Amino acid sequence: MLEVEKISKVYGNFSLNEVSFTVGKGDYFILLGESGAGKSLVLETIAGLILPDAGSIRLNGQEITRVRIQQRGIGMVFQDHAVFPHLTVGGNLAYSLHSTRLNRENRRAKVLAVASELGIAGLLDRHPATLSGGEMQRVALGRALVQEPAILLLDEPLSSLDAKLRTDLRRLLRRIHRSGRTILHVTHDYTEALSLGTRIAVIHKGTIIQEGIPGEVFNHPKSEFVAHFIGARNFFPARLDTAGPLTHAILANGIKFRILSNLDTGEGYVMIRPEDVLVSAASVQTSATNSFPATIVDVVRYAGGMELTLDAGFEVQALVTPESYQNMQLTIGNECWIHFKASAIQFIPE
Amino acid sequence: MLSSSVSSLRLVFILLGALVLLFIVAPLAGMFLETSPVSIFETAREAEVRNSIWLTICTSLAATAFFSVAAIPLAYLLARRQFRFKKVVTGIIDLPVVIPHSAAGIALLGFVSRNSVVGRLGSSIGLDFVGHPAGIAVAMAFVSLPYLINSARDGFAGVPVRLEKAALSLGASPFRVFRTISLPLAWRNIVSGLILMFARGMSEFGAVIVIAYHPIITPVLIYERFGSFGLKYARPVSVVFILICLALFIALRWLTKEKEEKSDGVTG
Repeated sequence: MLEVEKISKVYGNFSLNEVSFTVGKGDYFILLGESGAGKSLVLETIAGLILPDAGSIRLNGQEITRVRIQQRGIGMVFQDHAVFPHLTVGGNLAYSLHSTRLNRENRRAKVLAVASELGIAGLLDRHPATLSGGEMQRVALGRALVQEPAILLLDEPLSSLDAKLRTDLRRLLRRIHRSGRTILHVTHDYTEALSLGTRIAVIHKGTIIQEGIPGEVFNHPKSEFVAHFIGARNFFPARLDTAGPLTHAILANGIKFRILSNLDTGEGYVMIRPEDVLVSAASVQTSATNSFPATIVDVVRYAGGMELTLDAGFEVQALVTPESYQNMQLTIGNECWIHFKASAIQFIPE
Repeated sequence: MLSSSVSSLRLVFILLGALVLLFIVAPLAGMFLETSPVSIFETAREAEVRNSIWLTICTSLAATAFFSVAAIPLAYLLARRQFRFKKVVTGIIDLPVVIPHSAAGIALLGFVSRNSVVGRLGSSIGLDFVGHPAGIAVAMAFVSLPYLINSARDGFAGVPVRLEKAALSLGASPFRVFRTISLPLAWRNIVSGLILMFARGMSEFGAVIVIAYHPIITPVLIYERFGSFGLKYARPVSVVFILICLALFIALRWLTKEKEEKSDGVTG
């Protein structure tokens, strides 16, 4: 368990302000924030690469705030992997083992075990210059895992990869997490947060502004910044069904959305941006394939418009202009129809 | 229009470049051409010449090896740490390049002579710098250290800090990080700095002649033969020395290049 308590650090004209959070044993904790929000600074403080001005860090009950980096037992994967270019893959993986008293055989066995887990056992004699981006990221992960860290810190591990590799690596990260490891993962991508995290904290300008389980943070953003940043108000657990001729996403309560996706059948989340939800007074024929009758349950004035919350068997938010709100008399309790195109729905696999 | 003016500019640059190259090559080529193979051969067999060349190589090598132990860590500090008066330190390191080497020799002589602190310290363990190979090495090191320090500093500066941080987070001690990450990754520049320092040391004349005329190193021997017997007698020694220097540096470059390619590791 990692307990970060009121960490503050002034760094040039940027500062971390009393950052606190707890990563429980076995958690996959996501620290979500824009670039420049201070995410990496938090990670580097935990890893011991920089010292905080105030606050404390405890790992499994032990105070490590001022413990030297090499004695913390924390695994860190850097944004651009930081694989040692002059060592082979095997040399990279075994790097942390030289500080231990393991003999040659045991070291080899350990490296091999991690390499097989990550699917890079065939690359051990290769030099990093000959590896692809995905392989490089696996080497970096493996190198951190070999030392069996109490917690694994990941700094934007997927940001340098293309979409296909990202999916593969997400799957791998999920597997690593399921094998019982505690992970603290920093990202600016809310889809990553959704598909990987068991807990999420949102950091903005060096301050944690919301923390909770993903459903809580995404459905009930506590501030406009969080709402805007995660941009994912209409999000529902759903199963992607590609069995029929048309692909559908099926919500837990059986409601079906027509969806365009080239992913395989599986569990995940669907997401519709509020500005993609069209509201009409009556049932009309549009090119949007998803139409539902709905009741308006809430109206909030929003920067530049009105945000309606509607009940259509699932709770959905729609953005309309103040004029439409006036003309269509979209007040609380009124009935209307909502429409959204199949292409407006994003499916995020779990 | 544009492309023709570009190509005529390139032509002018090539011509100017060729003139500079000619300026360097012509005197050397002239000296080689005016020296008969027989005299080169005979000079190469003279004991005095051979001893002096041997002494020159050994003292410069010793100076380079001895001072690199402290100069390489200094280069690392300069590349990695920010501290007050860093500009001053950098300036001090470049001093030996800009001051006349005879003046450097005079300064060093005062520093290592028998009545100085260093000189007395040396005498107490039986080491006399003046007129001794140790003194020659000190003079060589003084004028050639900047080449090693600057080159190694550039090398260390080119090593991403991230890699060192990554190594620390993997449990390595700072010394192990230096030895296994910083040093190997800066190696190319360090080797190049070592070779430069070694070469510069071998070619030193001004500072050495002030501290130790004897035992005689080759640059001093060349000067002595020129002073005593004239141009004709100084030439063969110069030619032999230059040939040996060239052979040595080509061999060194070749050896380190081999190593670099291996460590770059395009093994597929």
